[in-house]
Parts: sequence; C-alpha cells; structure tokens
Amino acid sequence: MQVIKAVLKEKGKLEFPSITPKISGAAWYEREIYDMYGLKPVGHPDLRSLALHENLPQGIFPLRKDFNNKTPVPTAKKEFPMAGVEGEGVFQVPVGPIHAGIIEPGHFIFSQAGEDIIRLDAKLFFLHRGIEKAIEGAPIERAFYQVERISGICTVAHSLSYCQAIENLAGVTLPPRAQYLRALVGEMERLYNHVGDIGNLCAGMGFAVGIMAGARLKEDIMRVNESLTGHRFLRGMVVPGGVRLDINDQLSAEIRSMLDKLIPDFNEMIELFRGNDAFLNRVETTGIVPRQVALDLGVVGVGARASGVDVDIRRDFPYGCYSALKFDVPVYTSGDCAARLWVRVDEVAQTVNLIRQILAKMPQGPLKVAIPAIKPYSSGFGWCESPQGNNIHWLMVGENNTVYRLYARAAAYPNWPALTVAAPGNIIPDFPLINKSYELSYACVDR
Amino acid sequence: MLKVWKKVIATGNVTKPWEKSVPPERSRGEVVVEQNAACKGCNICVNVCPTKAIKLYDGSPMINQKACVFCGLCVESCQDGCLKQTSNYKLATLGGSLADNTGSELNNKIRRVLGRSLHIRHVDIGSCNGCDFEMNHVCNPVYDIQQYGIDFVASPRHADLLMVTGPVTRNSTQALLMTYEATPTPKLVMALGACACSGDQIFGESYAIRGAVDAFVPVDIYVPGCPLRPQAIIHGLMLALDRM
Repeated sequence: MQVIKAVLKEKGKLEFPSITPKISGAAWYEREIYDMYGLKPVGHPDLRSLALHENLPQGIFPLRKDFNNKTPVPTAKKEFPMAGVEGEGVFQVPVGPIHAGIIEPGHFIFSQAGEDIIRLDAKLFFLHRGIEKAIEGAPIERAFYQVERISGICTVAHSLSYCQAIENLAGVTLPPRAQYLRALVGEMERLYNHVGDIGNLCAGMGFAVGIMAGARLKEDIMRVNESLTGHRFLRGMVVPGGVRLDINDQLSAEIRSMLDKLIPDFNEMIELFRGNDAFLNRVETTGIVPRQVALDLGVVGVGARASGVDVDIRRDFPYGCYSALKFDVPVYTSGDCAARLWVRVDEVAQTVNLIRQILAKMPQGPLKVAIPAIKPYSSGFGWCESPQGNNIHWLMVGENNTVYRLYARAAAYPNWPALTVAAPGNIIPDFPLINKSYELSYACVDR
Repeated sequence: MLKVWKKVIATGNVTKPWEKSVPPERSRGEVVVEQNAACKGCNICVNVCPTKAIKLYDGSPMINQKACVFCGLCVESCQDGCLKQTSNYKLATLGGSLADNTGSELNNKIRRVLGRSLHIRHVDIGSCNGCDFEMNHVCNPVYDIQQYGIDFVASPRHADLLMVTGPVTRNSTQALLMTYEATPTPKLVMALGACACSGDQIFGESYAIRGAVDAFVPVDIYVPGCPLRPQAIIHGLMLALDRM
C-alpha cells in the first residue's frame, strides 16, 4: 500500500498540485478536499462543489479546525451548476432528489438524444450529516455509535473499519473468538445484502416474482440477524476491542438451518433468471463499464469484479481471521448488469460456505480486549470488504483517546462515478436497472 | 414461464398477521426504568448514552424514547439494576391533530377520509437508509402492508401521508418543504426513526443537520427506533388510523 501526501508550506498558498489529470479516480476526493478544507487542487479539470450544496455560504470550510460546529451558519443561495449537453434536439431530464420508489435521495440530470442517454450528471450528498466533524473531540469508544450509523446496510463494514483503525493504532490483537464472530456478522451482512440486491434488481425491470422472492429470502436472513445480535441490521455486535455478544450452540444451529433452507430456495430463484430470455435480454449488454474504466476510476467490489478487475480486500490485505478461511473471488469480464448479477450470485455461495467454515472453526476464548491509551496525533487505517466493496477508514486520535479526525471512505464512493460511464448509450428505462445492479448506498457516500 | 408459476405455487402464502411474530430473545427494544429502582444518582447511564437520551429527574432516570437507539449501554453499565431492556417495539405516539382525543372535527375528518385506504410517499432527508430498508420490508410478502389498504405511491400529489426518515439535513431541507407543499390536504406526516423524531441528538451538533422533522413540518405520528422494526411501522400506522 502506498500513501501519497501533499505538504503545504506554513505561510504558502493553500493549494497543491492535482493528481486527477494522471489518476482519474482522484477527481471526487480532490473536489471534496477543496469543499471541506479550501485547499485548491491546481490543475483539476472539474472543481465544482461535491459535498456542500448551494445553501452553504462561500468561504466556510467545515472540516478546518477553526470552524466551530456550534456556529450558526446562514443559508446562502449560490448556483450549483450541473453538467449537461446542449444542442439541437438534445433535451434534459431532471430526476430526484425525491424519487418514485422507496430509495435514497439523489438528483440526476440526463442529457438525452431521443431515447438514448448521452450524458448523466449526479448531485449527491443530500444525506450529508457532517458526521466526521460532529464526532471530532468525542471519545473513540463513544463516537463508535455514530460511525455505526453512517449507513444501515453497511453497519458492520463501517464498524469493522473504524474498530480496526483503532486497534491498529493501539497495537492490540483481538482474541481469536472475537475475530471469528466479527467475520460471522460481516458475512451475514454480505449475505442479506446480496440476496436482497439480487431480488431488487428485478424491480428495475418490473419482474414481480423475482422482487418478492428476494424480499422473502432477505426477511428470513434479517430475522436470524436479530436472533444473533438483537438487531436486524447487526448493530451492537462489533465494538472497539472485540465483540459484545457471544453465540451458543442453539444460535449456530439456527444459522445453519437458515442456510440449509435458503440455498435450494435461492437456487430456484436464480433458475428463474437463467432460463428466462426476457430477463436476460434486459440485463445482458446493459450498462457496460469496460475494464480500463474500472481501473482508471478505482472501482471496487462487485462493480470491479464484474468488469474483470480481480480485487477483494479480504484476500489481498487480509484482516481478522480471513487468512485462515478458504474462499474464491468470482470475476466476470463483460462489465454489464448481468456480470454484476452473476458476481453477486456466486458470492452468495461463497459467503454461505464462509459462514459454515466460521461456525465449524469457531475457537473458544474471550470476546474483548481493553483499548490502551493511544499516542496522541498518531494516525492509521482500518479496512474491510463491505457487500459493495472495500470500506476504508482513516483515523487520527487526539488527546485522551478522542477522535481528532476521521475519514470514512465507503465502497460506494469510488463506484458512483462509474455509473456516469455505465449509463450513456443506454435508454432511460434501463437506468434503474443499472443503478440497482450497482446498488450503491447514498448514505455511505454522503456521510 | 412455467417455472415461474411452479415457483409461485410451490412457495404458497407466506404472509403473517403483523403482530404474530414475536421478537427473539436478544431483540433490543424499549428500555424501561424498573418500578422499585434504587437509583443512587450516579449519572453513569446519563454519561454512557451515545445519544444523550437519559436525564435524571427527581432521583431516577428518565428516558427520551424518541432519541433512544436501543443500544443497551445504559442497562449494561447500571450498577444498581434500575434499567431493563425489553423487546417492546410498540412505541409510536401521536402528535398534532391526531393526538386530540376530544373528537374534534379535523380528527374525525382525517380518519374518515384516510382511515380505510392510505397512500404513502417516502421522503428521505438524511437517514442512514436503515429505516428506508425497513420501509421496503413492510412491502415484502411476509408483512404485506397492502393487505391493510395501505400502499406506497410515486408522487406526493397522490399521497395522504408522508413518511419522513432522517434528521433534516441542510442539503435536504428544500426537498422536504417542497414535498410537503405538493401533498394535498388532508395530509399526515409520520416521523420515522430516532433521527427524524429527535433531530441532531443521534449524530450531535453539526453544520449539516438542522433538526428534527417537527421543526419544519407538523408531525402527526412519531415512531422511534434505530432503525425501527417493520412491525413498529405498521403499529404506528394502525394507531394513527385508529385500527388498533
């Protein structure tokens, strides 16, 4: 792993050379740095606001240390330019932020030539809650409860990355049982998300039987989640230094019997897709992201593996007990909605296998270690593979084990720009399908 | 096509009455103060609560249910056994004209017009997506909210009730106000989840959060929880429609 740092002179200009012209994937990160700190990436091709909308007055940089969160900030009325195409016969279709379905908010502008999308621009961060600023100064073990709530469907992923960043900084090693229990809830999260997302993909094409089958299977998993952790989204299991709850034979048996029931039912659901020409016609060759684009944008997770990029942080930079577990990383090369579907389908089988291995190998021992005093102003990373791809947290600890700064980069963050490549060339009715094939969390990105 | 029919028939009917399924043993719901609690006023629970939902009042802890995320830290840390975590999820409360039990005309009219068939528009203005997914889950075949004459619609113009999730963020304020304006009267607003009910208590003071939903639009039903269970959503609706 390499870390690029830009050093600013104490009384020099607040700017640094942009790396976006060389590494396209850096575009959003640098726009956010400009928004939050007012540090200008010189040479960046598109310095529009990203996280802060037209309502924030000019010259307010929330993540600077001299900005106090208690200061009342007036409402401004700036412009928020959106990228579009103009010309004879070209028209624009604005969509959102309040959508027709039960989904999260985002504003999209489609530039259309007839039915075909020729450009898509997205305005996100409607869910921006300023969590990274709000927890500054809070004790790391208390701030955990806010970090856990960055996103509902990535609860375990954010908890794991944050806790591992703390544990790396503190130099503690977790007891083996805690590592296995963490892997168990991590895989349960992947399982319910993938099963639900596969069902939900059908909502992009109005295939009601698929939607309902996916929703039904997901509900079964969510109920086991609650038996296991007391929470349907698995909150309250992972904590800094270990886990809060243990499992017993009865719970292991409940998980096993759920898996035994799930697999044949799930396979039957997938069979409805495989032999169904009307279904395949919609997903195949729709929303293609070529391999080179995925590499350039630094796409991660399901999106990357569907475009022929063989990455999985569980295997590439193992954490917890993953080096002791056997699993394959499915890779498809066509880069379309179908590829993203089949990656998820294969991963469900891998995850079920992983959960069985974890339950079989579960070692005995304590569940938690205490977090000692961490050297003030030391910083480090924590990472894990969320259902959507790798989730990375960077944490700098202040005095007395408090949060000095946190940067939470969810998997959806590098994947969103890929959507603006996947959509053009398709028709608008295919956009929900492309969107659902990525199933990117808005809350994760917006924070 | 034959396969599809076969699967549909083989699956059969999986819908259960909403109150039927009992939360499992570990399920974390309402935290209650024990009747004969011997509170020594040590303030440990007050300090440990990540959302500042507990205050000591008259020598014993008071829990603000709207801001409680059911994490159970207070129960774990209490030395004197004053607090107990239950699996109760029926925590919805009524506000605004619905809370008026005197048989006022408006209250009657709302229930007459909306009582048997209710159309909902979802408005996400800052949620972590937990509540949104649970809202999706009430439409799954297990809970099947449509069996009660309740459904989600695509536009606020078609809606009787707005289900609002999340604290009101700076970036979503305009969307909330415009959606409220676009909804025809009589209309109801339901604040879903701890964030929507309590505002900035969950994430703390922030330049990006403006407050709870009821600081911007009148709220008729509060359903706390983090996120709330699908059953809690249905309970809130049934309570509002006087169908409990």
